[in-house]
Amino acid sequence: MAQTGTAGRPGNGQTALPAVRVGDEQPSGSLVGRALRSFADQVARRIPRADLDERDPDFIRERLPMLWLAASIWFRGEVRGLGNIPESGPVLLVGNHSGGNVTPDTTVFTLAFNTYFGVERPFFQLAHNLVLSMPGLGQLRKFGTVAASPENARQALRSGAALLVYPGGDYEVHRPSWERNRVDFGGRRGFIRLALDENVPIVPVVAIGGQETALFLTRGEGLARLLRLDRLFRLKVLPLSVALPWGVNVGDMLGHLPLPAKITIETLPAIDLRAEFGEDPDVAEIYDYLVSLMQETLDALAAERRLPVLG
Amino acid sequence: MRTSACIEVAAPIEEVWKIVSDPGRALSFMSGVTRWEVASENATGLGARYRMLLRVGSAEIGGLIEVVEWDEPSDYAWTSVTGVDQRGRFRLRRMRGGGTRVEMRLAYGVAGSGPFGWIAEQMAAPTVRGHLRRTVQQLKRLVEYEQLRERAAARRAAAGI
Repeated sequence: MAQTGTAGRPGNGQTALPAVRVGDEQPSGSLVGRALRSFADQVARRIPRADLDERDPDFIRERLPMLWLAASIWFRGEVRGLGNIPESGPVLLVGNHSGGNVTPDTTVFTLAFNTYFGVERPFFQLAHNLVLSMPGLGQLRKFGTVAASPENARQALRSGAALLVYPGGDYEVHRPSWERNRVDFGGRRGFIRLALDENVPIVPVVAIGGQETALFLTRGEGLARLLRLDRLFRLKVLPLSVALPWGVNVGDMLGHLPLPAKITIETLPAIDLRAEFGEDPDVAEIYDYLVSLMQETLDALAAERRLPVLG
Repeated sequence: MRTSACIEVAAPIEEVWKIVSDPGRALSFMSGVTRWEVASENATGLGARYRMLLRVGSAEIGGLIEVVEWDEPSDYAWTSVTGVDQRGRFRLRRMRGGGTRVEMRLAYGVAGSGPFGWIAEQMAAPTVRGHLRRTVQQLKRLVEYEQLRERAAARRAAAGI
C-alpha cells in the first residue's frame, strides 16, 4: 500500500496546501528545470479528485485473500486492540509510518480493519499525491485511498467513515533504519486540528517492523531541496536505501521487494480530545501527548522483539 | 474449502446440545473464536444472528452469520450474511450406549477472489482445521466435566453431605 501522510508542513502546525501548485512556480530557464516542471505538470494532472464513492466494498472483499497472504504469510502480521476502535461513526486513526514506499503496516492494518469491521464499514486512507498519480496504483482508490488534503480528510470524516492518516508521511516513512523504533511526525499537527474541527476521536495505531523491510540509509532531504522536489511534488525527501531487487535504491519510486519482517500493530484506546484536554485545547500539548504515548507503545513493542526482521 | 472434525462425547445428546446451542458459551469451547455476539432479537433458533470472528493468521475473519437450520437436538447450521463466505454446522447424533457423536463442519472462501483466493484457502486450511479439532475436543471436555460434576453433586446429595 502507499505512502500516506496528513497534510501539513513540518513544524508549522498548519494544514498544508492540497496539491501540487505548479502555477506558483517561476519558470526555470534550464532544460532540466523545464523537464521537471513538465513532469510535475503531468503528475498534477493525474492526481484524481477525491470521490469517496470510488471505494468499492466488493472489490476490497475480493482482494482480502491477497492481502491475507501478504499479511499472514509474508509479514506474519499481528494486530492487537482493534476492539479499541469505536464500533461505528467517524474516527481518526493516527499511525506511525514505516517501510519506504512499500508500506507493509498499511497492508496489514487494512486487512485487519476490513475483516474485523467488515468491508461494509467505510474506511479511507490518505495518501501522498504522487502515490495516487503513479501508473498502476489507481486501484488503491477502490480500497478507499484518497489524496492527502484537509478537504478530502474532512469529506471522509463527515461521511461518517474511519480515516487512517500518517502524519509523518514521506518524512517518517523514509527515516534511517537505525531510527526504526522512533515515532517522528516531523512536527506535523494538522491532524489534531482536523480531529478538533470535526469533533471526532483519535485512535493511535502503533506499528513496528516496517522499517526492517529494507536498509534505509538517509531521507535525502538536502537532495530533495536541491532538485526542488519539495516545491514541485510536495516531496521533502529523496531517500537512499539498500533494497531488493535494486541494491542501492534512490527515491524508491518503483518500490522494492520488502524483506519478510514481522509486523506487529497495536491499536490504543480512543481519545476524545475535548474530554481529555478541555473545550479549548492546546494543539501543541495534544501533539506532545500523542507522540509520547505512541513512542512508549513503540518502545514496548520493540522490547518484545528479539531479532530484526525475524521479530 | 470445507473442513470438518468429529469426536465422541460420553454424554447424552441433550446435554451436548445445551452447550453447543448456547451463544453465551461459544467462547468457552470454540477455538480461535474471538467474538460470538448475539445480533438479533432472538438469541437462539432459526433466524438468530451472531457477529462472530475467528482468528486465522494475521486477521480476525468472520462477520454477521445467521442460523439457517435449527433441528433440536441434532442439527444447527449457519451461513454468512456479511464478511467472508462461510457455512458452518454442528451435527449431533445419538450413539449406542448413550453417548453422542459430534461433527463440526465449516466451509469458507471468498467468491470472486480468483487464484489468490484459492491459495489463501489452502494456506489457511491447517489453521482452520486445527481450530475445529480443538473446538470439538474442548466441547467434549466441557460436557463430560459438567456431567462428572453433576454426578458428584448427586452422590453428595444422596449421601447427605
